[in-house]
Amino acid sequence: MLKQIEGSQAVADVVALCRPNVISAYPITPQTHIVEDLSVIVGQGKLDAEFVNVESEFSAASVVLGASAAGARAYTATSSQGLLLMAEVIYCIAGMRLPIVLTCANRAISAPLSIWNDQQDSMAVRDAGWIQLFAEDNQEAADLHIQAYKIAEQTFLPVMVCMDGFILTHAFEPVDIPEQKEVDDFLPPFKPRHIVDPRWPRGIGLYADPRFYMETRYILHRAMEKSEKTIKEVSADFAKTFGRDSGGFIKTYKLEDADVAIVSMGSVVGTIKDLIDQLEEEGKKVGLLQICSYRPFPRQEIYNVLKDKMNIVVLEKCISLGRGGILASDIRWSFPRAEKKDRNISSFIAGLGGRNITVDDLRHMVERIEKEPVELEFLGLKKELIADKDL
Amino acid sequence: MNEKAEELNRVEKKDLFGSGHRACGGCGQALAARLVHDAAGENTIACVATGCLEVFSSPYPDPCWRIPFLHSLFENPAAVASGVEAAYKALKKGPVNIIAQAGDGSTADIGFQCISGMFERGHNVLYVCYDNEAYMNTGVQRSSFTPYGAWTSTTPMGNPTRKKNLPLIAADHGIPYVATATVDDFRDLQRKVKTALSIEGPKYIHILVPCPLGWGHPGELTVKICRLAKDTGLFPIFEIIDGKVTNVKKIPVKVPVEEYLKPQGRFRFLFKKGVPTEKVAEIQEIANQNIERFNL
Ligand SMILES: Cc1ncc(C[n+]2csc(CCOP(=O)(O)OP(=O)(O)O)c2C)c(N)n1
Ligand SMILES: [Mg+2]
Repeated sequence: MLKQIEGSQAVADVVALCRPNVISAYPITPQTHIVEDLSVIVGQGKLDAEFVNVESEFSAASVVLGASAAGARAYTATSSQGLLLMAEVIYCIAGMRLPIVLTCANRAISAPLSIWNDQQDSMAVRDAGWIQLFAEDNQEAADLHIQAYKIAEQTFLPVMVCMDGFILTHAFEPVDIPEQKEVDDFLPPFKPRHIVDPRWPRGIGLYADPRFYMETRYILHRAMEKSEKTIKEVSADFAKTFGRDSGGFIKTYKLEDADVAIVSMGSVVGTIKDLIDQLEEEGKKVGLLQICSYRPFPRQEIYNVLKDKMNIVVLEKCISLGRGGILASDIRWSFPRAEKKDRNISSFIAGLGGRNITVDDLRHMVERIEKEPVELEFLGLKKELIADKDL
Repeated sequence: MNEKAEELNRVEKKDLFGSGHRACGGCGQALAARLVHDAAGENTIACVATGCLEVFSSPYPDPCWRIPFLHSLFENPAAVASGVEAAYKALKKGPVNIIAQAGDGSTADIGFQCISGMFERGHNVLYVCYDNEAYMNTGVQRSSFTPYGAWTSTTPMGNPTRKKNLPLIAADHGIPYVATATVDDFRDLQRKVKTALSIEGPKYIHILVPCPLGWGHPGELTVKICRLAKDTGLFPIFEIIDGKVTNVKKIPVKVPVEEYLKPQGRFRFLFKKGVPTEKVAEIQEIANQNIERFNL
């Protein structure tokens, strides 16, 4: 049913339709509304689940770890400092192959404290062994959660659904919330593999000495790579069942005959599409490659759609300090070495700490790279706020 | 004796924490873990912290557990156990005994917040602390359960602070059952585990587990040292049921702390040529305070 609701409410409604058995989370802006809404749903008896009000995100992650290991479908959500506080458990959940779903309402990282949006938080745990899916809008954010449980429970990999804080979580948009029966038909009940249960006494979480550890990481890496198939299948299956495209590996917009390819992920692709339409009217061919699955990284798909593009620009809301664009490095790595020589791949960092990204900013970006490739630039940086000695 | 009392007082030996672990000879913690799980029985899930217990009991592929065992991190067994309990409730499974367990470092320091949260939320979980009074797994560093005056690798001049009193802190959370125990009295320890598991809600049992390696005493003295810890008044044995201290174990003949300190390498430097220094008197004062406070 189409509802005009806040993004957080849409996610909470859809998570409830996935029938998690255990929910545990801790308040942090901009994630808070999601768990508040879920606590109401559970409190009103509309969802038969245990809602565990913990004393920290570290415990929230540990509670869902324990719940999942005991055979429950488990859910948590967080942002920014909360995700960093969870980091140790985040790695552990992946290593233990527990199919937990977490919503990351993307937010900047301290210091300085900032509650506003960027994507540095989920990027900080990108190597942990979690599938990371980035939503473009609230419909996709909602849809991705239904897909996330299916993907997680088929692959035994945890899934992080990333949605831009405020821009999506606090935006009111029409969102189609499916019926319970539709979700039940799409998402079968969770069938755990190993659980802690006295009927089958076994250990979960043994330690591995150097004879065994490396294989566990290899298997996890392979599982991440192999999850590509599941992510695509589930997205296709979703489109068939619910009649709309969401999720998958990558999406493109007017990319095929574009001279310039913009690569990005998250809600900013909406603004990029507006620019592309404007430029099209002005006779310029610019296209978009949108990364939906950031981990596993869709290297082959990216290569396939970008291999003929000589002018590529990567726009991202995160940075590896002392290194540069993170997504940009991944994109640069997506081409065979010999091919790289005359291909320009520019890197722009934008929107950190909630700095607005306007169509004009993006237009400036495209104009810049048409002149010459840009190794690294901060879009919309206010040089006047920076002392000469800090430049 | 009626049947229930008989059952409570029976010493159980089921080898659920089986042979084949890799603890040092005379390890108090290994003995305690066996007693705890044999008392709890087969219908039990152990949620274990990183630390000596985990390392000597659960190397892949040869864990020594015969009950389900769950380990994830150093500081989170209380939260993990909360999650297991929530799952059992949500899935309408059980009843099952859930025992979160960790060393003193995990319990008193890094995992303290998780434990407080578990107590406060009222999960039906028994938390067992194996107190060997230091971070043993990483090589005998000080924890906030390290006693006053003790040598550890990070208090080479002797620990300057007193032991945190977690049993009382636990009780102040309003949880229904708290107890202390040592590994010299099997019957008492196992009775406390059985009692705890018969009570709904969060429970806390604090067990003193001597560590021959870290304390510097021969392995065969582990049991004797427990007795001395009790008989000096340094480790009071009691239960706290619904907030009231009860069943305090009276000391038959009070022993001066010197007798407890002397066999242990970690206190050796408190004696100069066999003569006790001032610190020994201070430790005696701590024992005296315990004796008075708990009416030992
Ligand atoms: C977050 C984190 N910090 C530090 C460690 C290293 N570490 C592992 S076990 C341990 C000490 C354990 O001490 P305690 O809890 O008293 O248990 P014991 O080994 O003495 O039985 C430490 C410091 C860790 N595993 N994780
Ligand atoms: Mg210890």
